[in-house]
This record gives sequence, C-alpha cells and structure tokens, in this order.
Amino acid sequence: MTSFVKPKIRRLNEPTNGLGKTRADYDGAMSTLCAGCGHDSVTAALARAFYELSTDPKDVVKVSGIGCSSKTTTYFLKDAHGANTVHGRMPSFATGAAAVNKNLTYVGVSGDGDSLSIGLGQMAHAIRRNVDMIYMLENNGVYGLTKGQFSASSDVGSKAKKGATNMLPPIDPAIMALSIGATFVARSFSGDKAQLVSLIKAGIAHRGFALIDVISPCVSFNDHKGSTKSYAHTYQYYHKAVHADYVPPSEEITAAYDEGETMPVELHDGGSILLRKLDKDYDPTNRASAMEKLLESQQTQEILTGLLYIDESRPAMAEHKKLPDTPLHSLPYSKLNPGAEALRKIQEEFR
Amino acid sequence: MKPTDTSNPDYFHKVVDCQWACPAHTPVPAYIRLIAQGRYSDAYLLNRDSNVFPGILGRVCDRPCEPACRRTRVDGEPVAICRLKRVAADHRDDVTSRLPQKPDQTNGKRIALIGAGPASFTVANDLAPLGYECTIFEKLPEAGGLMRANIPAFRLPEKVLNEELQYILDMGVELKLNTPVSSMKALLDEGWDAVFVGTGAPKGKDLHLPGREEADENIHIGIDWLESVAFEHIDEIGKNVLIIGVGNTAMDCCRTSLRLGADNVKVMARKPRNFFKASEWELEDAEEENIQIVVNHSPKTFVTENGKLVGMTFELMEYDVDDKGEITGQRVIGEETLPCDDVILAIGQENAFPWIENDAGIEFGKWDVPVVDEETFESTRKGVFFGGDSAFGPKNIIWAVEHGHQAAISIHRHCQGLGLRDRAPREVELQSAKMGMFEWRYSNAYTAAERREMEHVALVDRFQRLNIEVELGFNAEQIAVEVQRCLNCDVQTVFEAPLCEECDACIDVCPVECLSITPDADSEAELRASLTQPEAPEEQSLFVSNPLPLTGRVMIKDENVCLHCGLCAERCPTSAWDMKEGVIKIPHADDQVETVA
Repeated sequence: MTSFVKPKIRRLNEPTNGLGKTRADYDGAMSTLCAGCGHDSVTAALARAFYELSTDPKDVVKVSGIGCSSKTTTYFLKDAHGANTVHGRMPSFATGAAAVNKNLTYVGVSGDGDSLSIGLGQMAHAIRRNVDMIYMLENNGVYGLTKGQFSASSDVGSKAKKGATNMLPPIDPAIMALSIGATFVARSFSGDKAQLVSLIKAGIAHRGFALIDVISPCVSFNDHKGSTKSYAHTYQYYHKAVHADYVPPSEEITAAYDEGETMPVELHDGGSILLRKLDKDYDPTNRASAMEKLLESQQTQEILTGLLYIDESRPAMAEHKKLPDTPLHSLPYSKLNPGAEALRKIQEEFR
Repeated sequence: MKPTDTSNPDYFHKVVDCQWACPAHTPVPAYIRLIAQGRYSDAYLLNRDSNVFPGILGRVCDRPCEPACRRTRVDGEPVAICRLKRVAADHRDDVTSRLPQKPDQTNGKRIALIGAGPASFTVANDLAPLGYECTIFEKLPEAGGLMRANIPAFRLPEKVLNEELQYILDMGVELKLNTPVSSMKALLDEGWDAVFVGTGAPKGKDLHLPGREEADENIHIGIDWLESVAFEHIDEIGKNVLIIGVGNTAMDCCRTSLRLGADNVKVMARKPRNFFKASEWELEDAEEENIQIVVNHSPKTFVTENGKLVGMTFELMEYDVDDKGEITGQRVIGEETLPCDDVILAIGQENAFPWIENDAGIEFGKWDVPVVDEETFESTRKGVFFGGDSAFGPKNIIWAVEHGHQAAISIHRHCQGLGLRDRAPREVELQSAKMGMFEWRYSNAYTAAERREMEHVALVDRFQRLNIEVELGFNAEQIAVEVQRCLNCDVQTVFEAPLCEECDACIDVCPVECLSITPDADSEAELRASLTQPEAPEEQSLFVSNPLPLTGRVMIKDENVCLHCGLCAERCPTSAWDMKEGVIKIPHADDQVETVA
C-alpha cells in the first residue's frame, strides 16, 4: 500500500445534524500532508464547524492558492465547489466569485507564504473590500513545501531547522488586517480545536471578510527547539484573550453573563456572537486598543488568541457595490447584456 | 483520574472482545489472520491449543464470542467466528505429527477420568503428553458424551467427532467403554493419584402434569430420546409431535423428529420469543425446516384416550413486560388443546450423582450440585476434581473445555505436591506490527462487507438420512470476505504519553472519533464528555493516559468503539501511538514451569 484511506464507517446510533448528515459527510479526500501537520487539524475544524452549522456542502465554495495549506481544500467538504488558483491569487478569485453569486459561503484557505509574500497585495485588497468570506491563514512561519526556508511570518530570532537565525521582522497578519480596516480578526492554534471551531462558525456568520490567523505547526521543518512556531513553543506562549461563541438566530442567549466580561455582538443574520473575555483589559470592539495589545504581545512573545477584533457595522462588498441578490447565472440574458443601444446610452453620458 | 494500568494483562485481553468472552480464551483474530493467509493447519493448531476441538466447536459451539464481537457495534452483525473455525478444521492437512505426542515413558501418576465427554477429554489432552497415565471410564458404548448422544449427526458428523477424540486417545489415553462407575468409594480405594468427574448433567427434567403416567409410552425426555436415536434404539416417531421447551435441546429434538418421519412438529413455548433460551441461529435453522414455534402456551395436561396420548392442553398466557423487557405480570386468558402423537420434553437438565456415596467425603450444595472451587475445580475431597456440566450445572462444550484445562492444571499441581492456587499468571506479550510507511503486519483496511450466510443442503435432500450434515461450510469466496470483516482487535493501540506533542492528528484521522485530549478530570463521565460521541460505557472501559508533556492534559480513548484500523498510529508523527500485536498467554498445565525440576 502506498497510501491509506480513512474509511467511511456508518456506525450504529451515529449522531447527525439538522440536515441528517453525519460528521463524516463533511470530510474530503485523505490528506497527503505529513503526519502530524497542523493543517490537518484546521481541516478537521472546518469540517466540524460546517457540520455543526448544518451547512449543505453544495452551498460552499472552497478556494486556495499554492502551498501545503492550499492543498487542504481537497481534504474537507468533498461535495462543495472549489478551485486551486494561482499562487497568491486566491483573494482575487474569491472576490470575483463572491461578486457573481453572493448566496454561497466562501472559504479561502491560504498560508503565510501564499498570503504574506506573493499574495500580500491580493489579501490586503480583499480585506479592504470586505469581501464576504472566511479566510483561513494557516501560519507555520516556514516554506514547508520547499523544505524549510523562513517565511514572512517568521519571528526575529526564530531558528531554522539547520540552525540559521531569522533577522527580518515578521508581518503579523492580524495587525496588518486591523490597520487596513478588517472587520473580523481572529487568531487561533491548530491544537485548540474547541476555540478554532467556534471562531470558524463566528467567522462564517460574520458579514464581510473574516480573517483567522491559525498557528499551524510544520512538523517536518519547523517543529524543533528554537522555532517560535513549534507545537511546544505555541503551547507554552499561548494566551486566550477572548472566546467567541456563535449563537444561531434560532437559539436564544440563555446563559447568564457578567457585565464587562461577556458581551453579545448582534449579527446581520439575526444570530449573535457571544464574546467571553478571558483577559479583562481586552476590548475586542476597540480597534486601537486591539492594535496596542497585539503590538505589546509581539514584545512579550505571547501568542494572543481568540476573536481579537469585530466590527459588524461596515457593509460587505456586495452591499457597497450594490450587487444583485440573484446570482449572475440566474439572471436573464437580456439583463446581463442589455444590448448595443443600452451601451450607447451609457457612453453618451460620458461624452 | 488514575491513568489506565495497561500492564495488567486483563486490560488488553478485555479489548479483544471475542477472546475475552470465550471461556477458553481462543485467540480468534490471530487464527482468522492465519486462515486469511491460507494457513489452515496453523489456524487449526492455534485453535486447538485453547479449545481442543476446533472441528466440533466450529459446528456446534454456543459461540459466546459472536454476540461479544466488536463488529456488532459497527454494522450489527458479528464476524462468523464459528464458521471460520470450521474452515480451519475442514481445510487442514494431516496435523497428527504436530499434535502433543504420547511421551516415551509415563511419570507413574494415575488419573481416573469419569465420563468420556469434552471435559474429561480436555484433561487427558493436557495431562497425557506430560506423562500422566489417564484412564477414561464411560458407561455408553462410544466416547464423546453429549457430543455423541445429544447432538444429532446432521449438525455434527460422526467422522469429525471421532477424529478429534482419536487425537487425544493417541496420546496414550486409555478408554474404558461400557464401564459405568457405580461407586465413588470403590474407585477411590483403587488408589488413583487424582480423580476427575466429567459426567455432565445427564438427567432430563420431567413434567408432572395430569395424564403423565397414562401417556408415558409417548412422552419422551429430550436428552434421553436423542441418545436413543444416536445409538439407533429409536428410529421412528409419530406424525404429530409437540416439543415442550424452547432451548437448544428442543431445537435438536424437533429437527430430529422431522428426520424420523414426523410431518407436523410444533415447539411449544411458555413465553414470547425474546425470552427463548435457544440460540438465535438454532431457532432460525429449525424454522427453515418449517418447524412452527408457538409462543405463550403453558402446558396444563396431557390428554389421553384409551390409555394413549392424543393431545395436550395448554393455558394461553398473556404477559406484562416493562421497559427493560422484564416480565412484571402474567395471566391466563384461555385454553387450547392441540392433538399430537408424541410429546418430547426439553425443559432442562439436572446433575445426578447416584453413584457418589454420601460418606465419600464429597459435599453437595443446593440442587444436588457438588461444592466445587471455582478456581481449582477441586471438590471438598482433596484430589477429586469436577468439570463440565457436572461441576456447576448445564453450560456448554466450550465451558467444559475450559473447566478441563483448569482442572488439568490443578491435577498437575496436586500430583507434584504444589499449591493449587499458585497457578502461573496470565501474561500479555506486545510486539509492534509496524512494517514501514503505510505497512502493517495485519490487514488494517476496513472492509464494509456484510456477514456471509452459511449455505445449507436443500430441504428436499436433507431429510433422506438422519446424518446428512445440513451446513455446507464456507466456500472460497465466503472465506475471503469473512476473514476481512475481522477487525483484528488483538492488534492493540499502545500509547506512550511522553512522546505525544498534542498535534491532534490521531483525533482528526480516527474514523470513529474515539479519541480526545482533554484536561484531566475526577470522573470517567467528565472525561467522556469531551468525546465527540460520548457514549455510556458499555463492555469496554475508557483508556486514560499519563499526563501529556506539553500541557499536562490527558489522552483518552473509548475502547468501546475503536476499530483497530491503525490510522492513529499511521498519522502520529512521533510514534506515540503504535499498533502492537498482543498475544494473550493463557497458561495451561504444560505452562506450570516451576514444576519442571
């Protein structure tokens, strides 16, 4: 046997979700990543989140660029739509797809190389446009597919597997996103599935661009002593600031909460996100203070996680661009192409 | 919680549900793997180490392994373990040279074994090769005990029985047929070094209802009647036959009646079907032969005309059953008389020891069952041992075999002057099954196939003679599929907490989601809550690891649902999980090593 498959086993009394689907119905093809790769845990978290939301996989679009992380769209929701695009160009592809059909759920999966080097400009503008999508940035601080060079998210002082020390300052995707107007910024860790699944659900429900920067260790090239993106380092410096629970519209918030520690954020879909502050000084609705905390954490090496910032008030791309509710494929041809006379009239306006 | 102590040999043994459920602890997955490789003789001999009669048991075992089989928790149907055992027996080569051999000289110790059934034969099998002079006394003209007298030849062919008994006789065991032991005291006076009683539960229960004496000629006690058929003293029965009772003996009686000329056979049950004692497969086989099983009929009287049985009257019962399926109330709602020519009573068996004198030093307890130690099988008289049905009442062949093994250990230790309770302990030997990337020493891929059905001789053909074996055995295609249904539960998931770096790979890949990493808690229930499918503990326990090095959390595993597919070990970057083949060592008489000197 040159590979193995995860068998689909129908167990007696297996739980199902609102659509009558089992958790395994949200799996994809077997991962061919290295055993122990953090990305596989992110994949599992995505599958679980969609299972728990009872989303029909055919209403989901998975898009990715190039890299280990970008392979993973194959490994979940096999019945969803999807495309592997050009290196770093996934945000443009997703923007275009979201523009022609805003009724689907868009999941972008990318990595620190794909997003912070070759695709940095692409990601920045998708954030600015507030494209309604969830953007998983599987961040391992290394180019795993080319065997271990530092990436743009490597911390100063982090050691490569062969001993070299990184001297260049890292790009922190969360700080960058906040600085250009992101409306949902979260950070998590592939080893904390409970947190990650809640954040994914909240991110999907959020109107607009939801960035989740996931520390996702590379077991083969960045899991050694001296690396700041290893499992051991991440577990040691991991700090949960804000926990976010998505509460769907059909459910009422019943849990009692203390003022100042827990706060609900109303979502446009009628549901809400229940924020539980694990760090009392942290205010995830204040952009300036979120930036400050993140900059401070860079000094202390602390890995601040949870829903770091949320702003539900800014319209998503579809609204400020006044995109039609009907997907373009369902619009009558006469509307899509009003003809030469209509074009002439428009041109007339500019003369 | 306290981490699970996997050094206790019973921990991994219990995970192998079939082997744990088998009284003789037959290593089922190991022999199924041998069958899968076409090594039928090896599979037969591995079987024989623990259950002594693979050919016989491959047909008529009560199969406690099958309801226990892990596979039932996946697709509801166990692996056809019993049928595969028969495959090993059917396709084996001549194994006589590989069996325990008659020793060059004996050790001078003489053992008397009373009753030539499975228990005595097992004792002889274990002791004769060690040099003991074993003599089996049997009142009937042929050996085998109930395997010969009560199990009809259409289920267990004579050739199969004879062959496996002969293996043991060839070890230098003396068999005295037509030799009933009529006095225990007289036997003890003969100076045997040990005496083993394996005389079964030979007395069928009678039913004392009005008309019983008058109709005596056409009322038969099930096990006596089957014995008379087996020894050809009876070769016919009336056209209309009622069988009273619905255990496995009743099934043999009704099917035998059909073969002796009955046309209309009804099995009369006092209670509804889920209270039947017969194994489900025996009920199915009887119903396939158009036996009618009538429920809720409680016998009231035998009806006679001119001193001859013409029918039987039953009370029609109605029961109240609670949520747990237990009967909470019952009432009679009517009466029915069914005509019949013969009635066969199959309502249970009892022990009977008319030949053991009250002052023989052997105490009897409730229901005239001897007082027997459950570990050593020794009676209250030193040097006298009991096993099989004669020890604790009617069970089945595989229990008799295990009793025989244990009694043999005791007899061996008794004769060597060693303490009966200092028996060699069980052990587990674990060896990694890893061969390389994606390669294991066992077929770990899950096969979704359904249980194969045994083919039977066509109804029109099977009644021509009494001894046409009904089951045809598995064909090559059936063998190939059925062996792959086995989940290899003996290839154990072994976890080394210090190696784990908590990457979650095992948890994510597990197809039944039976793993979790969670903060330690005080109770199993709290830990279970972290599983994605927390189930109430069933047969299996929860594995709890030592604290993990990075976070101090614990790895837990629900042994109940694990399929031993090995994907956790395949996906583990640090080999904290490994699949290790576990050999459960069940000591027999020849494993009592300290006696060698």
